[in-house]
Amino acid sequence: MSDKIPVTVLTGYLGAGKTTLLNRILTEQHGRRYAVIVNEFGEIGIDNDLVVGADEEVFEMNNGCICCTVRGDLIRIIEGLMKRRGKFDAIIVETTGLADPAPVAQTFFVDQDVGERARLDAVVTVADAKWLMARLKDAPEAKNQIAFADVVLLNKVDLVSAAELDEVESRIRSINPQATIHRTTNCNIPIAEVLDRKAFDLDRIMEVEPDFLEAGHHHHHDDEMVSFSFRAGEVDPDKFMPWISDLTQREGPNILRCKGIVAFPQEPKRFVFQGVHMILDGDLQREWRPDEKRESRVVFIGRGLDRQAYEEGFRACAA
Amino acid sequence: MSGTLTSLTDAVVPLAAEAEVTGLGWLKDTAAFALADGSVLLAKPDGASHRSAAHPEGAILVAACDGKRLLTGGDDGRIAATGPDGATATVAEAKGGAWIDALALHASGAFAYAAGRTVTARDDKGRSKTFEAPSTARGLAFAAKGYRLAVAHYGGATLWYPNLDAKPEMLDWKGSHLDVTWSPDGRFVVTSMQENSLHGWRLAPDRGHMRMSGYAAKPRSTSWSFGGAWLATSGADAAVIWPFDSKEGPTGKPPRECGLRHSRVTRVAFHPSVNVLAIGYEDGCVLLVRFEDGAELLVRRATPGADVTALAWNGRGGQLAFGCRDGSAGLLTLSA
Repeated sequence: MSDKIPVTVLTGYLGAGKTTLLNRILTEQHGRRYAVIVNEFGEIGIDNDLVVGADEEVFEMNNGCICCTVRGDLIRIIEGLMKRRGKFDAIIVETTGLADPAPVAQTFFVDQDVGERARLDAVVTVADAKWLMARLKDAPEAKNQIAFADVVLLNKVDLVSAAELDEVESRIRSINPQATIHRTTNCNIPIAEVLDRKAFDLDRIMEVEPDFLEAGHHHHHDDEMVSFSFRAGEVDPDKFMPWISDLTQREGPNILRCKGIVAFPQEPKRFVFQGVHMILDGDLQREWRPDEKRESRVVFIGRGLDRQAYEEGFRACAA
Repeated sequence: MSGTLTSLTDAVVPLAAEAEVTGLGWLKDTAAFALADGSVLLAKPDGASHRSAAHPEGAILVAACDGKRLLTGGDDGRIAATGPDGATATVAEAKGGAWIDALALHASGAFAYAAGRTVTARDDKGRSKTFEAPSTARGLAFAAKGYRLAVAHYGGATLWYPNLDAKPEMLDWKGSHLDVTWSPDGRFVVTSMQENSLHGWRLAPDRGHMRMSGYAAKPRSTSWSFGGAWLATSGADAAVIWPFDSKEGPTGKPPRECGLRHSRVTRVAFHPSVNVLAIGYEDGCVLLVRFEDGAELLVRRATPGADVTALAWNGRGGQLAFGCRDGSAGLLTLSA
């Protein structure tokens, strides 16, 4: 696990500042070496033999799962980069402004060879403080990228007033209450706040989201993107596992992300899971600490999800 | 598995390749190991070796060998040809330094390479032709007869005559196709797939499909038996060997399995003149299995971290070379 190469996925609508951030990561002295997979050669003005061009080839998997798509080029490039392992510490994958982050994320769960060598660290979305509100209205991709993010860089904050900034931040929260938001100008932020976040690490999945741990029920939604979380005590694995698996199979196309920590009766370890559309990944992780409340917590972000049905389904799993 | 496995380990000369072995071929009695550090290690059966800096600025991603030279394609966008004496020269370069993703050699001395979607074939007279695949070309293989190339890509494989005006022929099958191989008699084309399976097409008489599934991993290594009657494949806890001795191919027939162990098969190589299969595993073990009765001979004990990444017999079959992920390698010499 520890020797897997961490991979950060960098998304953001056209012009938000992804290239600025990449150039900073590649030129600053931070003691880490990054291999960067870019979608457009030449945008990065840096001569570095660890910058690789990608083609964003999204492939459907032939496994009967309608929304199961992977980035075929990413599988090939990561296989090739692994021949140079030892020359870099982490990988950054830049996606185009119009890309859906799901196929990139799913690649790390679906492809065995990639999953054995690399781990998805976090999805980082760069958003333009001035134009995000407009893009959320006219570009579904922009909303997807916000909904998918573990970290949002709300960039170009110098171009808007304090009131506008609060408005756009609360709009981001309404789509994705779990993401960590940083306000930046010229993507000026310590690199450690963006990279190596372990946001997809099952054992840390909730720890990096203090909002989630502290708050009770969330129910934010905009016109279509919905996010909610529930808590309960211990749940029965014989009810919970079929429920979550059936739910993601049925509703997968609308569920962008889900995650949770679950307490099973007589099980000393925490069951931790996460999912992207229909793909679920879960495992028993560390033991519950004596001072920890044995409770189950789940969160869903998706399009037009029926909160009541989800909550009833989850409550019915109680042990 | 018997506890009294006969061992050939004393007949193996170990080698330190010092970098992941990404390809392997024999140049008469010299084994040529293509390495992830960009060099080619040339070794004689007695272990005497020297290195050639084939790709000083890059890693070797793919290699192909015709017995006279080892062609290597790197992430430096170059194709280098290295001879048994270590002399190396650039024979082609991809536009913009794009990675060389696939390579194939033809008996005439022609070769083909893929960089992204562009496939270039250069014949023995130096004439280059290009073909744009519908998506990244992942695998290339020449037919044994004629100057015809199979290209594996998303959605199937394409058969292309580089020197004819004929439209390339697309063989469709949903999904992402990785490696491709052509049966020695030219009747079958088989690809490995993203979905841990193989797909085959019967080119005659009926263009039928052959689905070969049930693998635990992608079957990235394939090898035809010397007569072409059998196709050995990696990707399971045993070598899986499909029958191609009838015109239907393996359709409706179960495969044979050889060398079942608690580790995944990563490489397979049939001996060039008898039905003996060399099998390399993820745990670093190498076995020889006599195909008729399943009798096993140990070439190398399990060595954790040393996943077998390359395996090749020399032309006469007196020697077997193997190379591993951790940079270890070895040469087996069979007694006459």
